Amino acid sequence: MIEFLHDALIYLAAAVVFVPVAKKLGMGSVLGYLIGGIIIGPFFLGFVGKEGKDIMHFAEFGVVMMLFLIGLELEPAHLWKMRRLIVGTGAVQLGGTTLLAFIGFTAIGFKWQAALASALTVSMSSTAMVMQTLREKGLTKCEAGRSAFAVLLFQDISVIPILALLPLMALSSAQKAAEGSTTFLGGLPGWAQTLIFIGAVAAVVMGGRFIVVPFLRFIARVRLRELFTAAALLIVIGAAELMILVGLSPALGTFLAGVVLANSQFRHQLESDIEPFKGVLLGLFFIAVGASINFRLILDNPFTVAGLVAGVIAVKSFVLYITGRLSRLSFDQNAIFSVSLAQVGEFAFVLFAFAAQLGILSERWTDMMMGVTAVSMTATPLLFLLNERMILPRFGVKEVPDERQADHVKGEHRVIIAGFGHFGSTIGRFLRANNIDATILDNDSDRVELLRKMGFKVFYGDATRLDILKSAGADQAKIFIASIDSPEINAELVDKIKAEFPNLTVMVRARNRSDAYDLIDAGMQNIYRESLETSVRLGVDVLIKLGFRKYTATRAGLNFVKYDEAALPVLAAHRHDQEAYIFNTREQIAMQEELLAKDNEENPAINDHAWDAEQTRPRFGTRDPE
Amino acid sequence: MNTPNKVLVLFAHPRFEKSRVNRVLLRHIEGVPGITVNDLYEEYPLFNVDVGREQALLEGNDVIVWQHPVFMYGAPALMKQWIDMVLEHGWAHGERGDRLKGKMVFNVVTAGGTRETYVPGGRNGYPLRTFLLPFEQTAGLCKMTFLPPLVVHGTYMATDGELERYGRLYRGALERMMREGPSLVEKVGEYEYLNDWPGLGTGEE
Repeated sequence: MIEFLHDALIYLAAAVVFVPVAKKLGMGSVLGYLIGGIIIGPFFLGFVGKEGKDIMHFAEFGVVMMLFLIGLELEPAHLWKMRRLIVGTGAVQLGGTTLLAFIGFTAIGFKWQAALASALTVSMSSTAMVMQTLREKGLTKCEAGRSAFAVLLFQDISVIPILALLPLMALSSAQKAAEGSTTFLGGLPGWAQTLIFIGAVAAVVMGGRFIVVPFLRFIARVRLRELFTAAALLIVIGAAELMILVGLSPALGTFLAGVVLANSQFRHQLESDIEPFKGVLLGLFFIAVGASINFRLILDNPFTVAGLVAGVIAVKSFVLYITGRLSRLSFDQNAIFSVSLAQVGEFAFVLFAFAAQLGILSERWTDMMMGVTAVSMTATPLLFLLNERMILPRFGVKEVPDERQADHVKGEHRVIIAGFGHFGSTIGRFLRANNIDATILDNDSDRVELLRKMGFKVFYGDATRLDILKSAGADQAKIFIASIDSPEINAELVDKIKAEFPNLTVMVRARNRSDAYDLIDAGMQNIYRESLETSVRLGVDVLIKLGFRKYTATRAGLNFVKYDEAALPVLAAHRHDQEAYIFNTREQIAMQEELLAKDNEENPAINDHAWDAEQTRPRFGTRDPE
Repeated sequence: MNTPNKVLVLFAHPRFEKSRVNRVLLRHIEGVPGITVNDLYEEYPLFNVDVGREQALLEGNDVIVWQHPVFMYGAPALMKQWIDMVLEHGWAHGERGDRLKGKMVFNVVTAGGTRETYVPGGRNGYPLRTFLLPFEQTAGLCKMTFLPPLVVHGTYMATDGELERYGRLYRGALERMMREGPSLVEKVGEYEYLNDWPGLGTGEE
């Protein structure tokens, strides 16, 4: 117990100290965790020693949770639409990398079994590293992000046959296979294993739909927050355990469970319950990776390790670049894609250990390869930075628009739009139609190129970066429009603007009512909800189709919007009086209940009697308005 | 025989669903060949009048009707908006602004007060036509021929039978304008209201 507290203290302190520093320096949280891990590790401060490896295995569960969360955001139909991308890019990447790495390992004297096992292993990339970094940079939705995700998914699926393949190679090299391999199904014939694989997948899908959802409904009725959290953890661990039992990848199992539950009403609750665990575990995982880097080994064989890391990263990014070219990524997107997946992933720790156990790889080389894996993972955030600051600005879409091109837009613009997605682009088009040129900040290189071609003044990069904001002219502009798709990044952005450029008028997009409440709490005044005007307009058209006069319906709509906007700050303040809600969705329901009650109190519809002859009729004789 | 004149009724009532009188009046003229009813509040609930469309409508018709209730001694806001936006300088008036030249125009108005209250010293102070002077002068500016208004007084107290009578009068007036055209002007010009002209009949069945 004491020891556990001691470890927890060190790991958490490392996270709390190094991550904010890394964030402040613009390096992203992953690098912060890794550096924290290296510093507390045995070769620097020595706060943690050999147990780092155990913690890493424990913390790997964060990856499993992450895939559950990714699954939750992907509806089955959407996944089905991505099938070509997954199989196409995935197969090219895995096949190409394995082939080249196999040649490479054979060239440096590996036996073919060891070379093949190592080649397969290094072709895997790190889901944890890639998804965390892409999400933090808001790049998951662009072409590079989608392709990277597809490749990672394909790799996750391929782990199954690779795990099945390794023991076969051990046999053919006349070495004794490790007894009672990893799963209890090891002894069954191939067809039975296949059947059980399919059965397990079916169990997750059917169980998710017909057991888990009713079970969650039951738990939700008990209204104990911690019970629901426990249930959520139970689902994730259960799916993972089932998969491990039959020899499938636990990450794949939970991913599947997530996809199945993506359509259920508990999606948001599950998300908000698992999210913190995932975050902490992933952080631990990265720290453990940092702490596990064997600097002794590196110092003893500096050239071997450096050569291997450089070779692996070069081969991987080369194959990725070809893959990206084949799926027609533009240069910038392809560079992000190639760099993001160039490391060796966390599966390698498992696969190398397994290969060693089977006698395919020698103890020394296993250690060496694990070192290479850890170093390559640490290199990823650095490669990202290098790509972002050195390669892309020079060879890709420029961060700052050309002088030549900026020439024809005279002087500084008074309006800056951050985020030119569905929401921001409409604003930009509208302003342009009225001869107001706005400066645009966006982080999707494809979009930036298009916009520049169309004559917009566009700055490319992370809008929360102070230097980009400054070069975009945030200190001279009058109005700043925050219309980034991700509410989190948008909130971070407006906070930054408020602190750094207090004179800018900030107009901010809110996805919905709760986002708007949060923005009010953050001191924002000009808040625009995506859902308000459009839904009211639809409602107005319903009235018209039901036979209302257009003008009457339109006035009712205008009044409703006015009433709802007026109620917003009132209800936002009121929110804090309430007891903490048991569930997020409970909060949503309570919010609606409150709204509906208020609607009943003061009918927001037509509450005047303007131009109504029936209303003035009884008073006729004393007055004569009509 | 000349082709019959065509009529454009510009109708403005912000709460038409509550107006008994205008409902009856419109019922009598809707669907009559040669008559187009342009329901302004239905067409432009956001007051965003389509000038091109309205000018095309005006050009395609020979008799223009401003049909509206009298609110606070004037027309509803959208009618004024329509006049301000559609009757452009250079098109309807001013130099070369003669696209409406020679067209006939008149008001069809409904008023809650009786005719007796619209007299000097009465509750409404002035004759009703005084309140229509802006229309009359606008018609003059646009070189149109302004005819006396058709007025329904005392709408609160009007019985269904009386309203039906007004409806038939309205239809009769439009039909004669379609048939006879500007020759009608001399016959009706001297009357305060169009419905004072004996030639229109009483509207009784």
